[in-house]
Amino acid sequence: MMFAVATIAILVAMVLALVRAFAGPSLYDRVLAGNSFGTKTVLLIGLMGYITGRPDFLDIALLYALINFTATIAILRFFSYRTPKGPRAEPIPPSADKGAA
Amino acid sequence: MTPFEVELTPIFFLDLSLLTMLLLVAIAMLRSRHLFAVVMLSGIYSLLSAAFFVSLDAVDVAFTEAAVGAGVSTVLMLAGMLLTARKEKPKMPGRAPVALAAVFATGAALIYATIDMPAFGDPNAPANVAVGQAYVDETPNDIAVPNIVTAVLASYRGFDTLGETLVVFTAGLAVILLLGVGSLRGGRKVSDTDANKAGDQ
Repeated sequence: MMFAVATIAILVAMVLALVRAFAGPSLYDRVLAGNSFGTKTVLLIGLMGYITGRPDFLDIALLYALINFTATIAILRFFSYRTPKGPRAEPIPPSADKGAA
Repeated sequence: MTPFEVELTPIFFLDLSLLTMLLLVAIAMLRSRHLFAVVMLSGIYSLLSAAFFVSLDAVDVAFTEAAVGAGVSTVLMLAGMLLTARKEKPKMPGRAPVALAAVFATGAALIYATIDMPAFGDPNAPANVAVGQAYVDETPNDIAVPNIVTAVLASYRGFDTLGETLVVFTAGLAVILLLGVGSLRGGRKVSDTDANKAGDQ
């Protein structure tokens, strides 16, 4: 019973993270939503093991946590190459860039 | 042969809610024009389907889905997005109805095909009456691996898996040889400003 309640709570938290990923105006909202969704998946898999009476699922959950961590680092690395001015929605024409430089 | 009834276990409802979230994420991916959001949502989609695979006891498939779907392909799509645009172009009017009709026809045919499929977990299903039961009976005695799929992959079909690993290793080696050893250290740095300056000169 306790595990079922915890599972429902995590499912609600997953839906909340999904809402942030759908709506999230900025880029970092979405990265954070993806990361926290991965954490919820790890917790859910752990709980799934206890509900079905097979706690060996915990090992799988641990490996998921590692994958999630690495994926978030890999995603964030792509934005370290960005210019300090912030995100660019449109490609800047070369004439405009010359004036700034 | 008695007809098989699906039990309404907690895992059944868990599967139901996971599949509902999968559907919601897929619809959101279709509707979003912001490519970064689509990439993040596809990562979430992979995580969700990996959780669903774990609940179906297909742990090895779930691992592959989490590592490739949520990890590698997200990074690949981000790399592609940085080379092109960040926003999708507005969709062309007029072409949607034909494509929509084709998609709905295919989907209806696939759903019609599932009507003949046995229920999930049915012991009388053709896949479960043949050699499958022998694996379920013998694996705990033959191999001390709790997961039967892992036992089949790593022990019963050990040579097959070894051959697969060899093929994948050779492919990876060939890619590294083609790209050069520098690609292992992260390659050259590419920044937006350098690309624009090079365009000016």
